[in-house]
Amino acid sequence: MTGLLWLFWKELVRFGKVAFQTVLAPIITALLYLLVFSHVLEGRVNVYEDVGYTAFLVPGLIMMSVIQNGFANSSSSLVQSKITGNLVFVLITPISYIEFFAAYVAASIVRALTVGSGILLVAKLLVDVPIHSFFLIAAFAFLGSAVLGALGIIAAIWAEKYDQLAAFQNFVIMPLSFLSGVFYSIHSLPEFWQALSRFNPFFYMIDGFRYGFFGVSDVPVVISLSVCLITLVALSAVTLSVLRAGYKLRI
Amino acid sequence: MTPCPAVSIENVHKRFGTVHALRGVDFTIQQGEFFGLLGPNGAGKSTLINALAGLVRPDSGQLKVMGFDVASEYRDARRRLGVVPQELVYDPFFEVRETLRFQAGYFGLGKEVDPWIDELLHELNLVDKSGANMRSLSGGMKRRVLIGQALVHKPPVVVLDEPTAGVDVELRRQLWSLIKRLHRDGHTIVLTTHYLEEAEELCDRIAIISCGELVALDTKADLLNRGISKTLHIYTSEPVRDLPAALTDKIKHVTEDYTELSFSLNEDSVMHVLDTIRNAGVHVIDIRVEEDDLEDVFVQLTRDTR
Repeated sequence: MTGLLWLFWKELVRFGKVAFQTVLAPIITALLYLLVFSHVLEGRVNVYEDVGYTAFLVPGLIMMSVIQNGFANSSSSLVQSKITGNLVFVLITPISYIEFFAAYVAASIVRALTVGSGILLVAKLLVDVPIHSFFLIAAFAFLGSAVLGALGIIAAIWAEKYDQLAAFQNFVIMPLSFLSGVFYSIHSLPEFWQALSRFNPFFYMIDGFRYGFFGVSDVPVVISLSVCLITLVALSAVTLSVLRAGYKLRI
Repeated sequence: MTPCPAVSIENVHKRFGTVHALRGVDFTIQQGEFFGLLGPNGAGKSTLINALAGLVRPDSGQLKVMGFDVASEYRDARRRLGVVPQELVYDPFFEVRETLRFQAGYFGLGKEVDPWIDELLHELNLVDKSGANMRSLSGGMKRRVLIGQALVHKPPVVVLDEPTAGVDVELRRQLWSLIKRLHRDGHTIVLTTHYLEEAEELCDRIAIISCGELVALDTKADLLNRGISKTLHIYTSEPVRDLPAALTDKIKHVTEDYTELSFSLNEDSVMHVLDTIRNAGVHVIDIRVEEDDLEDVFVQLTRDTR
């Protein structure tokens, strides 16, 4: 195996060692959201024709978990290694900045998809959720987790303390993921908020992902796919240039 | 053909804001040397080591490990360099063997390295701790794991950044013996330390850095002979009032029991001093020769640049 694969494997083992916290806990949290919201709102809210609210909720909750765990994996691992200082043992090896990026993002994708698949499997036992296009579901889950994995690297490099990372998570990731149509269709929002939602890349991740299940969405799926792809390319370019420059890592 | 130097450092400058941390440092370390890098805290030792490891990017100058540029040929350079960092840093998620295994993996090493990891665990007295989490180890054990991580890819050049800082005497001796063994096995050793006793005990050649500048680079013996002062202390039972006028300017210390006279042997020969004492008819009760050690040389060399 190459250095890249060992770093990737190390990241998998790292989150695997605390699977209760990194995999099981987010699955349970998402299922609790599902139980509470479906109990309260099923039959009262109808977003798409022929789609019950509980079924509507499932893809949104899965994607929200994918987003949050994709970010959490790369950011928490990297910030911890950086603050405790053991990151030097990676930085003094022949691993290039591109391999470094690929290993951390790939591990984020694996954790996010593991959590997402776990939620889907349990939700399928409770709710009848159709699958319109498995390819689109996989594509949006992959793109969403990769985008957040890259964003997690940037946040961890920027953060000097754990609370700065927590602030990034609480004031950027959480609001953007909650305000992206997890619990509603943006068509139910006033025009101003609808327009604002269109600047939120998380909205396109969730809307496209939901299209993969129901074949209906708020915006055409091609647009969602394009926005997600462009976001991934742009964010990867920024992350790679930050890593190449050695910002806060190689002084 | 002469082998390339193990480490070559050419006119390296590094600034951190207004601080000029390295000011044109320039020297080479030959293969197989046991080299000491000395300097007071903040002198630039760790900056230099980190520049060698690729953790600090110099503003100008060039660093090479076994002939490979640490910037443009970083993969080759890093494969040939093992670094033991100063701080006890470790990943709390992993056990000792896992830590070494992953470290070897980052260098692209597969299963073939497993016997070497077993050997390292044995050499470092960590066999019974191989399955223990890094958090549960004592400071000395963690230090040994760090050494293992630096050696796991069998680098020809090993840099130890203050490996014995804050460790007890027994562990320091153990680490010295381990480092000596690495040197005997053919590794080029670069040791930074501010324990001068350590450099005197271990190193063949020593560089002294102060305020980012190289202020001395010599063999240990030559460094100790450089501007060295020798003083002959003579203790006499004569009271001060009975001493001849020729000796009064040599009085250093007076007690009820003795008077201490001191003579610089850089100014007077031993024979001349003894003749002076004999001619004065002074009753000698003790004689002591005081010689500068590395610490005195170090203080003398670094004082002027601070």
